[in-house]
Amino acid sequence: MTPLARLLEAALFASARPIPSDTLSQLDPESTPAGVAAALDEIRERYDNEGHGVELVAVSDGWQILTRPEYTEAIERAQLAARPQRLSGAALETLAIVAYRQPIGRLEIEDIRGVGAGAILKSLQERGLVDVTGRGEGMGRPLLYGTTPLFLEHFALRHLGELPRADELTVALRPALPQAS
Amino acid sequence: MHNDVAPMHARSAEDAGEHVGFIVELPEFSGPLDLLLSLIRDEQVDIYDIPIARIAEQFLARIHGMRIDDAAEYLEMAARLLRIKAQMLLPRPEGMEAWEDPRAELVRRLLEYQQVREVVDVLERLSDDRRNRFARSYVQVQAEPVDRDDRPFAATLADLFAAVDRVLRQATRPLVHDVIPRALDVDGAMRSIRAVMALRSRAKWGDIVSRDAEPWQILSVLLALLELAKSGELRIAQPKPFASMELSGDTAS
Repeated sequence: MTPLARLLEAALFASARPIPSDTLSQLDPESTPAGVAAALDEIRERYDNEGHGVELVAVSDGWQILTRPEYTEAIERAQLAARPQRLSGAALETLAIVAYRQPIGRLEIEDIRGVGAGAILKSLQERGLVDVTGRGEGMGRPLLYGTTPLFLEHFALRHLGELPRADELTVALRPALPQAS
Repeated sequence: MHNDVAPMHARSAEDAGEHVGFIVELPEFSGPLDLLLSLIRDEQVDIYDIPIARIAEQFLARIHGMRIDDAAEYLEMAARLLRIKAQMLLPRPEGMEAWEDPRAELVRRLLEYQQVREVVDVLERLSDDRRNRFARSYVQVQAEPVDRDDRPFAATLADLFAAVDRVLRQATRPLVHDVIPRALDVDGAMRSIRAVMALRSRAKWGDIVSRDAEPWQILSVLLALLELAKSGELRIAQPKPFASMELSGDTAS
């Protein structure tokens, strides 16, 4: 491996969280963005081609070394690490709405889901998955919510654009709306 | 997704000792729209031509006996369904082209909600995929306790008596405290921090503690900082782990 790839690998190993690309570039002041990208490619290809138990994954705006899924069960059985809890259906619905409609206020979320959203928003905010990103116009200047970088990390997304586009979602119940009314 | 409604969670109030009936929850539905969609799916009806009377009846049957605080949102939906049912019974004005289907708004909301459910499926898949990969977890290295004697404890009766005797003798000894005045100057440190913060809105730890500070001075500054942060005079932030702490006088946010 090139010296830069070795340096990046060491940094990625030492960090528990994804390392943003610009931080990776700062590790060696003489490195160029293209050099860093090439070094990351080198690490990733090596992990993939030589059959390593870990892989290099692009998450949020950075990179992270993650274990491969086939070893999850053995690792968990030995209690070396535990998978985080699944989010509830209500929490996922709220996240889905925030992700697609942000910035969005609590009332709009409740309108779409048909149930109160205050408690769920609070717990999502405590988990760092959504945050207040501004205040809306209108009465009471309501708080507006948006997703955080941790949201991307939680779903291993590089950016929100990786989610299916709203018009790509099939409305699966019945074919298109009859042009009535 | 929610095809099976049979295993409703029922909590009996047996603990109370008397029969107060069952409290029924519908945990498998995340709201009235979810329940409604599930009914439409179970009954295999066309979402654009919902048989309102039948669906409303089933909806009411399902929410019958729900806990009252959860029920509010479901009851509101039930009321809406009944109103739509009533509107459907009204005679349509003859020859009017622009008859608005009273179900239109409900259909719009159901379709919108259905989209959300589809995104939830995507998110669920992504999150399961991510949950199956572990990142390196940061654990601070700590020295293992040196004495790790796992052998079972063995002692004779005489050892035990001797031990009890030692403990009792210790316990009867009067306790004498030496009270030393605390050699800290928190008030002084607070004054100097205020002076620094008055000159600049932001400061770092190194700006308020000199390099050759003695332990009591460092402690005084630390306590003073905590005191000032508690009273809201300044804010302490650490942008990332192991970074130097940043103090700011701006406590507005």
